[in-house]
Amino acid sequence: MKPKLILIGNGMAGVRTLEELQKIAPGKYETTVFGAEPHVNYNRILLSPVLAGEKTFDEIVINDRSWYDDNEITLHTGRKVVSIDRKHRVVLAEDGTEASYDRLILATGSQPFILPVPGKELEGVVGFRDIHDVSRMLDASQKHKHAVVIGGGLLGLEAANGLLKRGMHVTVVHLLDTLMERQLDKPAAALLRRSLEDTGVNFLLEAQTEAILPAPRALAEEPPRVGSIRFKNGTEIPADLVVMAVGIRPNIELAKSCGIHCERGIVVSDTLQTYDPRVYSVGECVQHRGNLFGLVAPLFEQAKVCANHLAEYGIGRYQGSVTSTKLKVTGIDLFSAGDYLGGNGYEELVFQDPTRGVYKKLVVKDNKVKGAVLYGDTVDGSWYFQLMRENTDIADFRETVMFGRAHMADSGREGQSVMGMSADAEICGCNGVCKKTIVDAIVGKKLFTLDEVRAHTKASASCGSCTGLVEQILAATVGNYDQTPKEKPMCKCTEHAHDTVRAAIVEQGLKTMDAVFKALEWKTADGCHSCRPALNYYLLCAWPDGYKDDPQSRFINERVHANIQKDGTYSVVPRMWGGLTTPNELRAIADVADKFKIPTVKVTGGQRIDLLGVKKEDLPKVWGDLNAAGMVSGHAYGKSLRTVKTCVGSEWCRFGTQDSTGLGVKLEKITWGSWTPHKFKMAVSGCPRNCAEATIKDFGVICVDSGYEVHVGGNGGIKIRGTDLLCKLGTEDEVKEYCGAFMQLYREEARYLERTAPWIERVGLTYVKSRIVEDEEGRKVLNERFLVSQQTAQVDPWAERVQGKEQELFQPLRALA
Amino acid sequence: MNDWLPIGTLDDIPRLGSRVVETVFGDIALFRTAADEVFALRDRCPHKAGPLSQGIVHGKRVTCPLHNWVLELESGAVVAPDVGCAQRFEIKLEDGRVYLARS
Repeated sequence: MKPKLILIGNGMAGVRTLEELQKIAPGKYETTVFGAEPHVNYNRILLSPVLAGEKTFDEIVINDRSWYDDNEITLHTGRKVVSIDRKHRVVLAEDGTEASYDRLILATGSQPFILPVPGKELEGVVGFRDIHDVSRMLDASQKHKHAVVIGGGLLGLEAANGLLKRGMHVTVVHLLDTLMERQLDKPAAALLRRSLEDTGVNFLLEAQTEAILPAPRALAEEPPRVGSIRFKNGTEIPADLVVMAVGIRPNIELAKSCGIHCERGIVVSDTLQTYDPRVYSVGECVQHRGNLFGLVAPLFEQAKVCANHLAEYGIGRYQGSVTSTKLKVTGIDLFSAGDYLGGNGYEELVFQDPTRGVYKKLVVKDNKVKGAVLYGDTVDGSWYFQLMRENTDIADFRETVMFGRAHMADSGREGQSVMGMSADAEICGCNGVCKKTIVDAIVGKKLFTLDEVRAHTKASASCGSCTGLVEQILAATVGNYDQTPKEKPMCKCTEHAHDTVRAAIVEQGLKTMDAVFKALEWKTADGCHSCRPALNYYLLCAWPDGYKDDPQSRFINERVHANIQKDGTYSVVPRMWGGLTTPNELRAIADVADKFKIPTVKVTGGQRIDLLGVKKEDLPKVWGDLNAAGMVSGHAYGKSLRTVKTCVGSEWCRFGTQDSTGLGVKLEKITWGSWTPHKFKMAVSGCPRNCAEATIKDFGVICVDSGYEVHVGGNGGIKIRGTDLLCKLGTEDEVKEYCGAFMQLYREEARYLERTAPWIERVGLTYVKSRIVEDEEGRKVLNERFLVSQQTAQVDPWAERVQGKEQELFQPLRALA
Repeated sequence: MNDWLPIGTLDDIPRLGSRVVETVFGDIALFRTAADEVFALRDRCPHKAGPLSQGIVHGKRVTCPLHNWVLELESGAVVAPDVGCAQRFEIKLEDGRVYLARS
């Protein structure tokens, strides 16, 4: 018999927990859900757009009945649980329904706090919490005129906006002198107040409600209805509808009544367990490390952790969340995250343009972003939030950080705003996905996360350069939800992020892939196409001498040492050191092309010759002939050192200052054969005219009269990025040492499939300089480690296979007539 | 009744790898999982005809090398949300020998 799981509370946090559980341990429990509301599960954050008439209820349903049926979950709607017998593990609903459990989730949510003033029970006084409240407000908006919203926080302002849209005369009453004081500083709050006033909302600030007064009744038998509000200072204003939005209180009565420890909320540990280990709790009803919750992102994180423990994986821990907020009022762009107030040891970077109605503030400490408030221009909200969560050192771009990502060296496409784009604007160039397709999928398929959008639309699933845009569309469409500031897991096989896995490999001395799977509790028996190549690389990098490379964990190109083409044939690129070749090599290439009927011969961007359209079974023979002419693999297919591009330099060029070709050849001889997190390209230019285009390479050298300028972190590609100047050096030997040290630092610290450009943007050039330029001892050690790993890496894969290694890979097992 | 064609031995196929059987109707890919099960699919991804035999095998699935579509080895079905199916063939394993059903 399956163990029984009961969820009390059919809201976002509870049902999300079930969804997460279905993903990792489907059918593990016999599951029953009790919901007090008579509805299926819906997206509470979107009640504001429903109130404003921008969405319908159907559009905000997350899971309809068929979802519960498909997952064999019993759903009791409209049945409030009134008691829990923890000794016998039975819950009892109002209507007498009983159910027993082995595990219980309390997700009872919260309720609006109603001010304890006379008249609070009058007809027409509502909270803003569920769809029932919304329909009461809509009903009032059709029959009455004056609405008063008590509370100038996020929810109150969204309610005010909705009621205004419904044609009511709206006054917002707030106890303090500034709006949304939990998200905004005073200047931003003032701007917000002005724009809301422009739309027609009235404000009464520093006003304390004394009593809610009834309207004169037309008929004695009607229940008394609200008519006006009186404040402490004696003023009175008309009110046909009063919305209380002064805060929420966790629903803890049920938990309390069965003796579960509660303070302000139901107290839970990092595993989301209450003091009764059989009883879990998630959502707005919980109190974790002294905090209560009102935004959705932390609830989803809790759901994930809770599901992890219910599935008995036992590795997830919830350690709190940093959240960001957006106001869902059409026409007002507002973003706030982290410590937005600053003060006390914090610095504030402020940008103001009153005419455009733009205000931006970043709170910074030790060159790390700690908080942000954006008003009027929120395009960079997600970028600042990312800087916050990655704890990025902004020293290198501090002078331009206020102007946003578009002003960074890597401008690219992520600086654009999606809000202004038309529906048919192409967002993902790789997969040809336009904005409308993404929005439709998010709405139609109820998607919540970037991974889901990727799976359903393929947007940002290939090169990933449009990830920022897709995240913006997701945020704009779904509402107040952001990726949380944690490192993402490597893939769906694990909870661990790249850096954690990598550190564990070194610290725990894990030397095989199976050891990693076991020590880090992988969820799959043998990983997937995403994590296995990464692990293979991490193991290879950590143990250059001891790890046996696993060909089955390599992408096909690295397995057969050639580049797969769209028709299943391969391309072959022989190495030409520094771009130099000879008549003999060219003759051999021409002969090979003739002999094997190779259809296309092309010169590549990295100054090499590409033979395209080689059949797989011909590969070893092609390599054999090229080997015989003295050529080895060019590794044009690998996450490895690709090419060193050079110009002719001082040997021939009248402007050349140093022997750039010679230095390029030397660098290529040192670095060929090395595996790196992503492809690695180099160039050496003989003078600042830079004919070898060294300033868009991962490692580029520009020769000058006095020596060598070393540049790092550039790339062409989708998002072009010019290099950063690392330092200036005097001799070739120094360049070689810096090159080895830089490559090794990149090999050891960048995440798999992260090129040097995003890696440097993530860790900061200052950090790279501190390791390579300022720390002489450390640089020599890094270079030494690089050279050691090269001793085992520099084996020509072609020659090995010409001699018969893995020859079965190139031949069919059998040919059937 | 199936007519079983001997193809080779289990050891001919690398674990978590694949080998190809050429036929007049096109290639058939034989996959071997970590648990030494063998499955056979037409060596053609339903998306853009990528050679599945060149993909990465994980669990009872293979990822196509061209655009990372994932297929179930047991059924040939493409894993959602993508849709499609590669033709599957019956395989028999006996005393470490692999047989393919002639159908």
